[in-house]
Amino acid sequence: MSDALSLAPEFAALSAARGAEGPLSTARKGQRGVIVRVGGETGRSESIDPDELERRLLEMGFVEGAAFEVLHEGLFGRDPIAVRVDDMRVALRRREAAAVTVQFEEA
Amino acid sequence: MTDTVASRPARLALVGNPNSGKTALFNALTGSRQKVANYAGVTVERKEGVLTLPGGRGAHLLDLPGTYSLRARSPDEIVTRDAVLGKLSGETAPDVLICVADATNLRLVLRLVLELKQVGRPFVLALNMYDIAQRQGLRIDLERLSAEIGAPIATTVATRKRGLDELIDKASILAASHAGAHENVWREPTAAEIRAAHAEAQRIFKACVRPPERPDTVTGKIDAVLLNPAAGLLILGLLLFVMFQAVFTWAEPLMGLIETGFAALSAGVAAVLPDGLLQSLITDGLIAGVGSVLVFLPQIVILFFFILVLEDSGYMTRAAFLMDKIMGGAGLHGRAFIPLLSSFACAIPGIMSTRVIDNKHDRLTTILVAPLMTCSARIPVYTLIIAAFIPHTKVWGVLSLPGLVMFGLYATGIVSALLVSFVIRKIFWRGTVEPFMMELPTYRWPEPRNVLMNLWTRARIFIERAGRIILPLMILVWVLSTFPYPPEGAAGPAIDYSFAGRIGHFIAPVMQPIGFNWQMTVALIPGFAAREVAVAALGTVYAVGGDDEAGTNLGHLLAGQWSLATALSFLAWYVFAPQCAATLGVVKRETNGWTWPTVMFLYMTGLAYLASFTVYHVAVALGAG
Repeated sequence: MSDALSLAPEFAALSAARGAEGPLSTARKGQRGVIVRVGGETGRSESIDPDELERRLLEMGFVEGAAFEVLHEGLFGRDPIAVRVDDMRVALRRREAAAVTVQFEEA
Repeated sequence: MTDTVASRPARLALVGNPNSGKTALFNALTGSRQKVANYAGVTVERKEGVLTLPGGRGAHLLDLPGTYSLRARSPDEIVTRDAVLGKLSGETAPDVLICVADATNLRLVLRLVLELKQVGRPFVLALNMYDIAQRQGLRIDLERLSAEIGAPIATTVATRKRGLDELIDKASILAASHAGAHENVWREPTAAEIRAAHAEAQRIFKACVRPPERPDTVTGKIDAVLLNPAAGLLILGLLLFVMFQAVFTWAEPLMGLIETGFAALSAGVAAVLPDGLLQSLITDGLIAGVGSVLVFLPQIVILFFFILVLEDSGYMTRAAFLMDKIMGGAGLHGRAFIPLLSSFACAIPGIMSTRVIDNKHDRLTTILVAPLMTCSARIPVYTLIIAAFIPHTKVWGVLSLPGLVMFGLYATGIVSALLVSFVIRKIFWRGTVEPFMMELPTYRWPEPRNVLMNLWTRARIFIERAGRIILPLMILVWVLSTFPYPPEGAAGPAIDYSFAGRIGHFIAPVMQPIGFNWQMTVALIPGFAAREVAVAALGTVYAVGGDDEAGTNLGHLLAGQWSLATALSFLAWYVFAPQCAATLGVVKRETNGWTWPTVMFLYMTGLAYLASFTVYHVAVALGAG
């Protein structure tokens, strides 16, 4: 976690801009913004080890400062979601998206 | 370097992200000079090809499984990591790594490149799909990028065979000079180190890559339709429908041809060899056995054709996205979709393709339920019984009753597979749920040559591996159904006196409560060779002539001998019973032991007995006894 914070100043300008912070798992189709924090507890009992999840998310491009947009939602329970992360498209379940904190851009 | 080192073939290995066109590059570089096997001790596919370097030196090229990181998680990725580090048992360390990157999607691969740099093995970066990058107006400062990553770069278009010479030139120079080689300093990165590497990759990216002037917008437009929650599922359903139609209708003439071919071969051998044991072993054991499996090759090839086209185009990940919630509800991983789909043709390629699933429990669950999918070997059994017992009446004026029963049998298979995996994941293997995280690649036209080469590889693997497992089993079943011989002047079919017959008679009392007579029980034993063999075996036990009309005659005969309750019970048995020794053999191979084939055998037999018992007694109670 401390490492995430040490990177934070770089993105301080972005964070200060506008919009509410929240987990990516609550995002709806069409919402966009910036990733502000990756990692931490998802609060879901069935999730894998938080540190492992954090590393996997990072490896798939979910990194602090990356721009995101929710492109698609699944039919059942709006899950999984397809997210544009910078210029890539990644599909993931909301369960894992809960470990990504984002700052939403105001519409 | 001494002459001996320079003259032995160089060892090259391809690494890269999934969807980077790595396999296309491998195919383009090695052509038909490929060998597919397994890595020692693990069931990860090892693809190696041979090529000649400029100057005449030979080289072995290894196609390593795609990965985003050397921090391996799945068996596939562990192979990649260990091969790159030179720690893979039974493998010599590669001299040069060729890191394959999709030129239009460099962000993540640059971080992998930074990891490779730590390994200290000379490497060259292949910027593949460079034509697409150029068309998009994406500018890459190759000189600067090469300086930043400390490795030579070649731009390639694998599907057009462009840039291959340049790539091989650069790799062979490295193989000779070992320039840039140093001690391995790679170790599993922490989250902080991954972040730092990302930042560094981002810096390199910004310094060397100018964003495309005409970025791809087609993928987004296609996804708007294909990933639309309702329309997407509908299109997927239609696609699967077309696929199954093709698998079953296109394959039919070819299957007929194979059957006729094997029958002719068998007749030819019978004409040459004298009657007796050798003739019987070759015709009834070997030729009939191999034929009964090879007959599924057309269906498997057609199915894999669709799967490869869908994979190459980028649609397969979308299908996994659409199916994830449905599969996930049953405790299955989204990636289990493809193996289970393949299992409709035959569980063997299905089980072999579960290798794409990272997590061990996810993979085992998929393997365990794959045989519940209605494979095409069940069709001859289903058709025989349905034709003999289910009247051709219309339901609601349009649907035919036999068609409905067939549909019901398929649906029962699917629903029970989902239920079984649900029970496994919610009761036996609770714990954590493997994340579902997948890149959705840009849509591309599948390259016909590449699809055909991969198809050829798939078919070869099926023939080789299945053949190796199936052949000994076929001989075993033949021995059981042939020995001992009936006594002189014995009445009744010879199989009745064999081990198979005796086993059948022995277990007949156990099968009686589910409505099976001893003839059926005896037919089940050779039916272990392959499900559809039971049809022929029933013919043998009821001593029906082997002419072309055997099917219809047998149907008539069965209709006279069995009650409807017995017939329905037999159908229920075939939905669940592990009536396929080859599947159990493949499971043993894929799981490295007898534990899981045993578990599979026991649970499926248990389910089959339970289902048949219920169906039989309900049917009898309803007056169908």
